[in-house]
Amino acid sequence: MKRLGARTLLLSAWLSLAATYTAWAVDPTELPDPKLQARYVALTHELRCMQCQNEALADSPVDLAADLRREVRDQLLAGKSDDDIRAWMSARYGDFILFRPRYSLRNAWLWGAPAILLLIGALVCWRVVRTRMTLLPADHEPLEEDGQS
Amino acid sequence: MNRFLLPLGLFVLLAVVLAIGIRHSPEKSIIASPLIGKPAPAFALPSLADPAHEVRSADLKGHWYLFNVWGTWCGECRAEHEMLLQVHQAGVVPIIGLDWKDDDTQAVAWLTQLGNPYQSVATDHSGRMAIDWGVYGAPETFLVSPEGVVVYKHVGALTPDTWTREILPRVSGLPAGKS
Repeated sequence: MKRLGARTLLLSAWLSLAATYTAWAVDPTELPDPKLQARYVALTHELRCMQCQNEALADSPVDLAADLRREVRDQLLAGKSDDDIRAWMSARYGDFILFRPRYSLRNAWLWGAPAILLLIGALVCWRVVRTRMTLLPADHEPLEEDGQS
Repeated sequence: MNRFLLPLGLFVLLAVVLAIGIRHSPEKSIIASPLIGKPAPAFALPSLADPAHEVRSADLKGHWYLFNVWGTWCGECRAEHEMLLQVHQAGVVPIIGLDWKDDDTQAVAWLTQLGNPYQSVATDHSGRMAIDWGVYGAPETFLVSPEGVVVYKHVGALTPDTWTREILPRVSGLPAGKS
């Protein structure tokens, strides 16, 4: 009973720590308009923190990420569209800052590769099945003839 | 023979793709700047030496300059400083500094203590100018042509190798040494 108590205590301590963690969220920005706030949250999640590279702006405690979040906020408040802000960011940091890459001739292979690989796979599959189908009767017939004679 | 040709071809293709990947992997941490070949972002910022005076990109047109982003909080910048002093001594191309999100007094102390390789230093307290230049970590150095076009960018401490291979040939008008 005593051990259970200790365990419960530990668990509750851990849980309350986990709960405060969300309160420590990196970005405390609140925009006056809930619609703007929603766009702000979406944008800061799809823009990359250039210093940490695998984190979104929204999740990064780095100074530069805070500066870039401030840019997003100011431009939203100034009435810029999401596309304007994305274009502004990629003009400075390149397409790399966009977690969701844009379609362009340069990265067309990136978008096309899965389809091409699927096509190759389908072709190989079709060829294998076709050769098997022609081989099967040919394999069986001599066997049957051998058994009969 | 024929049935081995396709797998062999695929294997060679994969090997080539992986070889390219391995060959270029150190560059993965360096993000190509979309600024190369474009006009350098215009700036007019208070000078570190005299905040009443402005360092302006418009005044720099007509000759080559290096645009070096640094800060006293940046350890790699201290390592780079000796190289910048050498570039300054060579006297081939002036260095304009951008003191990025720094404390002015500390920056002045840094330059008095370590030596000042800069023709002038602009202060960027808000960090907005560094963003305009697409800076994501100090030190970063840009080479700007007399027409005001960004020609080359070096991320990290400037190396003698970059200086002799990339910057010097461009500045002195000789054909740029590639590879």
